[in-house]
Formats: sequence, C-alpha cells, structure tokens
Amino acid sequence: MQVIRGRKWERPQLAPSPAERPFFEAAARGELLYQQCPRCGHRQFYPRVLCTACAGEAAWATAAGRGAVHTFTIVRQNGQPPFRDELPYVVAMVELDEGVRMMGNVTGCPPEAVHIGLRVEAYAVECGEGIAVPFWRVAKGGPET
Amino acid sequence: MAARDPVIVGIGLSDHPQAPHLDSIQHHVQAMQRALGDAGLEKRAIDGYVCAGMEAGAMEAVFMAEYLGIDHRYIDGTMTGGSSFEFHVQHAAAAIRDGACDTVLVTYGSDFLSRRGRTLGTGGFRGTGKVSGAAMYSAPYGLSLVGDYAMVARRHMHEFGTTSEQLAEIAVGVREYAALNPNALYREPIRVADVLASRMISDPLHLLDCCVVSDGGGAFLMTTAERARDLAQPAVRVLGAAGGQTHWSIHQMPDYTTSAGAKCIPEAFARAGVRPADVSTLQFYDSFTITVLVLLEDAGFCKKGEGGAFVAEGHLRRGGRFPLNTDGGGLSACHSGMRGIFLIIEAVRQLRGQAGVAQVRGANLALAVGSGGSLSCIGAVVLGKE
Repeated sequence: MQVIRGRKWERPQLAPSPAERPFFEAAARGELLYQQCPRCGHRQFYPRVLCTACAGEAAWATAAGRGAVHTFTIVRQNGQPPFRDELPYVVAMVELDEGVRMMGNVTGCPPEAVHIGLRVEAYAVECGEGIAVPFWRVAKGGPET
Repeated sequence: MAARDPVIVGIGLSDHPQAPHLDSIQHHVQAMQRALGDAGLEKRAIDGYVCAGMEAGAMEAVFMAEYLGIDHRYIDGTMTGGSSFEFHVQHAAAAIRDGACDTVLVTYGSDFLSRRGRTLGTGGFRGTGKVSGAAMYSAPYGLSLVGDYAMVARRHMHEFGTTSEQLAEIAVGVREYAALNPNALYREPIRVADVLASRMISDPLHLLDCCVVSDGGGAFLMTTAERARDLAQPAVRVLGAAGGQTHWSIHQMPDYTTSAGAKCIPEAFARAGVRPADVSTLQFYDSFTITVLVLLEDAGFCKKGEGGAFVAEGHLRRGGRFPLNTDGGGLSACHSGMRGIFLIIEAVRQLRGQAGVAQVRGANLALAVGSGGSLSCIGAVVLGKE
C-alpha cells in the first residue's frame, strides 16, 4: 500500500503500547496487518495480545489492502478541529477480503459516491515517528460486491 | 409474592431539563431526597447503594456513597454507559433476594447541558487528545457518536429497506408524549416531514433523529416485598432482568443491525414468564431513532428487518398497542448523558397509575431497555404491577 509521508498530522496523536506498535510500524512501511490465531485460525482486528476466540496467542498476518464498504456515514457536523474544517467526509467500516473489518475515511471521491459494497483499497498516512494509519480510496479496477 | 421478592418503592427526579442552579452532585442529592419522600422512607433505612455517572467515572459509586453518607453493606458501581441502571436493577434485585441488603438506593445526576453544552454527540465527547487502546482504530477518522449510530442505520436500510420516514415516525410519536410533559425540553408537535427537513448530522440521521442534551438526575429505591407493605407507594415488582454486551467500540460491532438485546431481552421476558404481547408500555433508550428500531426487533415485537413497517403502523404511538417513552423520551424530553435511570422511573410511574395525562390505560407490565455506548451494552428490565 502507498504511504504518504511528511503531511502535517493534526488528528489525534496515537500512543500505541509496545504490543500494538507493530501494526502502526508496518503501515508506515506500506504493509496492512491483521491477526490470525495459529491455533484455531480465528482472524481478528484490532490487534490484541490474545486470540479472542480461543484465548491463545495472536499472530500477525498481512492483508492485501483491499475490501468493500460494509457500512458508512457521511459526517456533516463535528465541532472538533481538524475534522470541522473537513466536513463533509465519509467514515466507513471496510470489510477486508481477508474477512476482518477496519474503520477508515474513504477519500478522493465525492461523499455521495460512496455506497455499501464499494470496492476500496488502503493507503497509509504517517501519523508520527515511524508509524502510520490506514485510509481508504476507491479501488482501481476489481469487481464490485 | 414471596417476602424477599425485589420491588421498587420510591422514585425521584431532580430539576430538569435545564437546571443551571444544580451541579451533578446536587442532581444526585435532590433526586435521592425526592425518592425518599416519595417512598416514605428514612435515609437510615438504606443499606445498599448503587450508582453510575460521569462526574467521578469509575469511582462514582464510592465517591457519591461518601458524599451522601451512605452506610452500605452492598455497593455496585457497574458502568455500562446509559444502560447502567438497567444492569443496576438486575444486580440490586439479586442482592435483595439473596439477603446481602434490604433497601437499595440507586442515583444518577448530570449537569451536562449547563456545563458542557450540546456537543455530546458531535465530536465533543471524544475530544482530540492522545489516544490509546481500541480508540486508536477510530479516533483518526473523526467519527462522532451520532456517526456510530448512523452506520447502524445505514446498514439496516441496506439490508432491510428501512426508510428515513419510518425512523422519523419514532421521533414523531415520542414528541407527541413530550407535548404532555411540562418538563420536556421540546414540546411542539412535529411531523415526519419536519424530521426529514431537519439538518443532516451524519447521514442518514437528521437532527430530529437524535436525542436532546439536557441536565437531569434520577433516583429510585428498591426493597423487599415484605418491607414495601408499610411504605407510602404501591410497590412495583421486578419480574425479570438481564443484560449483555456485544462490543464497546462501534468498529467492533459484530452485526450492524443486531444488538446484545437479541439475547438478553428474551432472557428478561423468560425470567418474568411473559411475552412481548403482554407488555403495556415500552420505555426504550432513544438516544437515536435507530436505537429504538433495533431494540424493538431484538426484543421480538417484530422480526429482524420488519421494525420499520411495524413502527409505521403506529404501534408505538399514544393509543397504540405498545406506547413508547411516555415521558417524551430522550428524543424530546430529557437526556443528560446516561438516560437509563429515567426509563425505570417512567415505567414505575406508569405501573402505579400516576402518569397523569400520559397514563397508559390499564398499564400492568412495562419493559425498560437501556443501551450503553454505541448499542454496545444492553440491559432489559421487566416490571409489573403488584
């Protein structure tokens, strides 16, 4: 996934624990991680230090960075900076092709163009020293679901 | 009724919906004083204390127990957001039945409107400081609390064809009751068209799909059926209570059209030995119109996906089969951040036959369902007339 570096980050600062940091560091390298349990196969996101299905240890897996909008909203009122200056914008739950869901903004298209089932692909935006978070935009090509 | 069956014997509301003369603690105090007066109980009779609130967070119960001077042998500070008080009824009922205590006071107080204004649902609640844990996977994207519920509404519309008009019916019906309540924040009648014409906050939820922000506190007293015989008011029985949780953060909701109510509301019915058709009035958490719709389906009043059509048939309106939120609800009357306590208090008022012009004729069974977080923690309580 593409990584956008050097853009001024005015959104909330993230303070990941050492256990959570690999996700954000991987994003800064252009890799989108989720977790899969080596014992029971359960897939999960957000990252945790245990498998929520069997209580075993969770292990990292790499996603292809593509998925479909599962549900979304167009935020039209938010009093907090910097969001209030970016209205309206889309927040979506994206269901990755690997089956886990992630929240993110869908950018680069008019908010009204977003619909459930829209195919999207991830890109990362640096949000601190060596860490980044995923965002989403309309996927190039690929079938709609 | 067995001697130790749990009952509600006193209720009190603090000044609302706008009370700039009270802070959160004073809301707790005033509500407690009024509940004691209502029940005809002396403060020294209280030997159990339960509360939740946003003043002292996780320490609310012990902080308030000290402030109020409660000498308790049972305490519970369960905090599940707005549904805390439905969980409290479940816990206090078990404690009373078990003999852990005899008389439990539950209180809540909030000066949200006077102190923090109307920003609760549109960003102000979440702030922009440093975030950790599960919030790191949502905070960068600027989702408001209204937005959480908007994602549920959007998915419900997608799967079942639910419409904005159907959701608006809920707001219209609750406003009809607010018009009867002199203490409601908004009392002017509204029509479906008014809801649809109100500004979009977070698609597909309009301003009038969202609850008000107010000040307000409440208190109720629970004791044994035996002790209730000597008290001032008719006792209201706790027939069944159950709770559950599917997630806390909206990005972890397993199914965006179904809440934990799908399991716990039927469980509360089973414990009470009643069915949805037996219920006289619904007191449902109406943080948003969609909240009511999801809970209604999860409770089994109609099948999943049929809530929109069910509501449009007018069943929840005044004069309908299941009148909803007869005090004007959070959508129009009073929502000071954690509304769950008002559901219990209004249910008791109805079952006592003390609801005045809003009285549901022959009300003998009420269902109160609270929702905390983002349709995250659901608590259901079935209350019945003695």
